[in-house]
Amino acid sequence: MAEKLNLNRVSMPKQEPQVRAHNFNEVAQGYTAEMAKEEASRCIQCKKRNCVTGCPVDVDIPEFIMAIRDGNMAEAVTIMKDKNILPGICGRVCPQESQCEQTCTLAKKAAPIAIGRLERYVADWERLQPAAAKPKPVIPPSTGKKVAVVGSGPTGLTAAADLAKMGHQVTMFEALHVAGGVLMYGIPEFRLPKEIVQAEVEYVQSLGVDLRLNSVIGKIDTVDELLKGGYDAVFLGTGAGLPMFLNCPGENLNGIYSANEFLTRTNLMKAYLFPKYDTPIKKSRRVAVIGGGNVAMDSARCALRLGAKEVYIVYRRSEAELPARREEVENAMEEGIVFKFLTNPKRFLGDDKGWVTKMECNEMELGKPDESGRRRPIVKKGSEFMIDVDTVVVALGTSPNPLVPSTTEGLATTKKGTVVADEKTGKTVKDKVWAGGDVLTGAATVISAMGAGKRAAAAIDAYLRG
Amino acid sequence: MYKIMYREKLTTNIHLFKIEAPAVARKAQAGQFIVIMPDEKGERIPLTIADWDHVEGTITVVFMEVGKTTNKLAMLKAGDSIFALVGPLGLPTHIEKYGTVVCVAGGFAIATIVPIARAMRQAGNKVISIMGFRTKSLVFWEERLRSVSDDLIITTDDGTYGRKGLVTEPLKELLEKDKNIKRVIAIGPTPMMKFSSKTTEPFGVKTIVSLNPIMVDGTGMCGCCRVEVGGQTKFTCVDGPDFDAHQVDWDLLIARQKSYLGEEKESLELWRHECQAAGEKR
Repeated sequence: MAEKLNLNRVSMPKQEPQVRAHNFNEVAQGYTAEMAKEEASRCIQCKKRNCVTGCPVDVDIPEFIMAIRDGNMAEAVTIMKDKNILPGICGRVCPQESQCEQTCTLAKKAAPIAIGRLERYVADWERLQPAAAKPKPVIPPSTGKKVAVVGSGPTGLTAAADLAKMGHQVTMFEALHVAGGVLMYGIPEFRLPKEIVQAEVEYVQSLGVDLRLNSVIGKIDTVDELLKGGYDAVFLGTGAGLPMFLNCPGENLNGIYSANEFLTRTNLMKAYLFPKYDTPIKKSRRVAVIGGGNVAMDSARCALRLGAKEVYIVYRRSEAELPARREEVENAMEEGIVFKFLTNPKRFLGDDKGWVTKMECNEMELGKPDESGRRRPIVKKGSEFMIDVDTVVVALGTSPNPLVPSTTEGLATTKKGTVVADEKTGKTVKDKVWAGGDVLTGAATVISAMGAGKRAAAAIDAYLRG
Repeated sequence: MYKIMYREKLTTNIHLFKIEAPAVARKAQAGQFIVIMPDEKGERIPLTIADWDHVEGTITVVFMEVGKTTNKLAMLKAGDSIFALVGPLGLPTHIEKYGTVVCVAGGFAIATIVPIARAMRQAGNKVISIMGFRTKSLVFWEERLRSVSDDLIITTDDGTYGRKGLVTEPLKELLEKDKNIKRVIAIGPTPMMKFSSKTTEPFGVKTIVSLNPIMVDGTGMCGCCRVEVGGQTKFTCVDGPDFDAHQVDWDLLIARQKSYLGEEKESLELWRHECQAAGEKR
């Protein structure tokens, strides 16, 4: 144990708000070797390992932190990747404050260990090593079993990697032209550089996973055809890709985007580099983003970086109920995003060419808690007012894409469109088919989707070994 | 992957590509489309599948040079490969034995209507086709459409070939004299589809159009292609592309198609300038 408990975590350098609001470079810059060692040495290596219980994928946190402290970086990588194949991604986008860092023993006294920052440091260290110096994964002899993984987002990547590490032959199908799912189309470059996502996808491929891009299961082969065609099991990790709209008048005016479209144009298609890249996005001045989650924060911060003069977050509840990570809310506020709480759009008005110009809103007040446990927003009568806008981004959440469920016989779905499956194993009611991630739960976090991929991989492995 | 096996210039600015895409060819049906991305920096655009050969593992698309993406595509040669191609997307055209079906196509949409006319005829319908062009030099696939139709009417705006005028005129005459026409399929530029729809509406003949809004992913993810049909918002990529013409909000579709006119022009001009500069260097 350290001689004296250090209660202050080492802070991580960030780009200044007024600078970063105008570029797409990463906001948080990561620890230096010295910072990482200093933070790692704060860990008291307690016997309880409370942090591990807070991790959805059971990373051996005290061990990898000890390896950093002792300067054994290759060992830190090996420990990390044994449980988490996407550390560069998780270190950046996991809500550690409500997981491992919340359960960290030090959290009771003062600042918990910055586990996420250390995780990121390990991943970034590895990525910069020459190929020969990187720890090599050990692949067991082939079991001769074939598994199809549908979707290459966080849950698909994790399931595919684990199944490959168990010796199964894995084919991963992706609808888009790059792998990564929401990590590529949704989360912006300034929070998760795409180069890092692709490096971690390449790692999964290096385990022997055969990646098939531009392949929409249900349109080419169906799940049943995959099973007939020689796959012994199928894992569905198709996510929650269908955007929800408000269903209020004027919502189809030009300049009104779903967050999925706004982020896909910006991130996946790199519209922020237009016309160097061919996909355009509207140059906006006044942007309203509807919603209060991480996707709303990402959309607002993208809008600012694309050159908007004023960007609003329009949220029907109050600041206390914002579902976004606190860190992202603070980042957005620092950058100058204006929050309009207790505000809900009622309709959109446009000009004679069909472009949105105004948004009529209601003021809201909070009533008794609803089924989600949050206080229900109620419209204040006669509170209508106008906001001038030229762009609106609707970030109200997503539901599962029905493409795969609707083309798969014998797969049960809920009213919300999620696939019915065993919570622990991801086993669906259909023989030989498992599912995990947002397609089961509705939109959730990267790490919970990874946890589901891991559990399903273990269940598939047990099934295949009979 | 996605190698161009064969290409043909059909008219001055309309091109045909036969592309290697076995997985798509195996499942393609009349009315479905692909999303294509010429290169890594390119845009994703939808193109209708004009034909397919599952033995050969190829699909055929026909496109007109309009913006940067189609201009880029037009420069590719046989043997070149396309960066990304996904499909078959959208719902296939509903094929049934109705009696008499009129297939109306404007401009390069002839390529879209041919497989539909063929499928309608195979289902036992009498198929009357109308193909309209601006002028004679733009006419293509006349024999192909004739071979899958019982009757074929050709119009040109300027009267240089076939009948002078728009496709809506013979369409109206057919509806007036033939009460057995139970369905009209009209595919082409949006104004042509809108006016075909207006033509058939008084006759109460169900008319199907294949809408062509701007798309990004083509799988229901972004909602860019949303249209209003019968007062309901629909995603063209997964709910369509075929819709009941009499229920479509045409003005909304036309406005949304113009979303990026300025950007498209800027992008194309810059690219032409770059091509010219590169050409001069060589």
